Amino acid sequence: MAQYETPRLDRPWTEVNPGGVVLEPGNSVTYITGTWRAMRPVRDTEQCTQCLICWIMCPDAAVAIEDGEVTGFDHDHCKGCGICAQQCPVNVKKPHSFTGDMGKVIQMVPESRFEG
Amino acid sequence: MVESKYMPLDGANAVSQAMRQINPDVVAAYPITPQTAVVQHFSQYVADGIVDTEFVAVESEHAAMSACVGAAAAGARVMTATAANGLALMWEMLYIASGVRLPIVLSVVNRALSSPLNIHCDHSDSMGARDAGWIQLYAETGQEAYDNTIQAVRIAEHPELLTPVMSCQDGFITGHGVERVGLLPDEAVRDFVGTYEARYSLLDTDHPVTMGAWDYTDYYFEHKREQTEAMNRSLPIIEAVCAEYAELSGRPQPILDMYGMDDADYAIIVMSSNAGTTRTVTRALRARGVRAGLLKPRVFRPFPAKQIVEAIENCKAVAVLDRAISFGSPGGSGPLFTDVAAALYNHGISGPILIDYIYGLGGRDTLPPMIESVYDDLQAIAASGERGDMVRYLGLRE
Repeated sequence: MAQYETPRLDRPWTEVNPGGVVLEPGNSVTYITGTWRAMRPVRDTEQCTQCLICWIMCPDAAVAIEDGEVTGFDHDHCKGCGICAQQCPVNVKKPHSFTGDMGKVIQMVPESRFEG
Repeated sequence: MVESKYMPLDGANAVSQAMRQINPDVVAAYPITPQTAVVQHFSQYVADGIVDTEFVAVESEHAAMSACVGAAAAGARVMTATAANGLALMWEMLYIASGVRLPIVLSVVNRALSSPLNIHCDHSDSMGARDAGWIQLYAETGQEAYDNTIQAVRIAEHPELLTPVMSCQDGFITGHGVERVGLLPDEAVRDFVGTYEARYSLLDTDHPVTMGAWDYTDYYFEHKREQTEAMNRSLPIIEAVCAEYAELSGRPQPILDMYGMDDADYAIIVMSSNAGTTRTVTRALRARGVRAGLLKPRVFRPFPAKQIVEAIENCKAVAVLDRAISFGSPGGSGPLFTDVAAALYNHGISGPILIDYIYGLGGRDTLPPMIESVYDDLQAIAASGERGDMVRYLGLRE
């Protein structure tokens, strides 16, 4: 999902802007904070009611929506804080499609289950 | 040169007159003795419509400096004033102001830091802030406090610096002491400080910027290196502003004020009001044939190391007078002493014997006989070659 221009991390001190003033608005999108994540939110797409509360509550705007519907998570910027899973108001009627557990439509899963 | 108009003013009021003439865009301040008179007089000018300043009465000094940071980030010319515990409460925001490179001017009326509670003069407040990334000027008189305040605006806003300036004077001694102060004509000050055009403004929505952003392990170090470089190259810029002001006012504005240093064997280095007492004693001793000399740094940050070394390298014995203790420093010396000692070593000079006197804490009077006793000590040290105690106390009951 990394379609952004990666910020340069090799500038010497003689080339930095005094005071660390950021001159390019909106460039925090190039800062990949998804690597901080220890737990990943996983949504049961079948049982999701598209209430959009996760989209409203996400502090990193990392819940992706398209045409008014949640399509997934922006894993480049989701820090795995779990607010979406905590705030998800919908309890599954049958076991969660990924975890197999009862509970919320969005559930937090250890990142280790997706690696390797 | 323009003619000054002379008025009887205390040092705090002299600063408020400078602020009236500078007419800053924003002043945010909270009262604390002995700074109160600065803001009290200035707020009257605001109330009377004599200045255009937006005056922000805040709930604390932390809020005062925070409001100054916000206003400066918006592109305003900003000033404030404080003392002692008020400066301590600004601490966190001092570093924000200097780190974001906001050219705020802060008038400090030096006062002892509690505890024990004391409202009188020493330098423990601003000396604690010496590593906060602010330029520091120290005034001997109310006249100097007035002059330094005006120059501070130009120094802080210099495009090569963009570094906040602390303009300090001694609480009560000059802050409340009435003296003859020469004020420049209003228009001369207005022309000297000019119009401030901020490089960036948070209100400039056509050119949006972010200030104070997250700066991780990847760039924080580089930004701090850039900041210290600005401070390192600031002395010639300060000297140029001071020279321009000296020409305008007819009052010399040296980085180091020197008296008798051309041939001095025995020198005293002291900042702020006590330099006046020391000058009087030095003059009397020189009349008696003692090769005494006075060195008064007007600028402490950046530290004029090379200039001080060149002035004292041929002396036999030198005393530094510190109006603050750097607790736990070598020998429990003061901050001026540790910097002078380091400067001598770094320039390979080991000739003069160097001692430190802690003096005047909590407003303790430091009188001419005490200064004379320092010169007596220096002569005895030079004659015997024995330094004795490195750190001594002047005016302390022992």
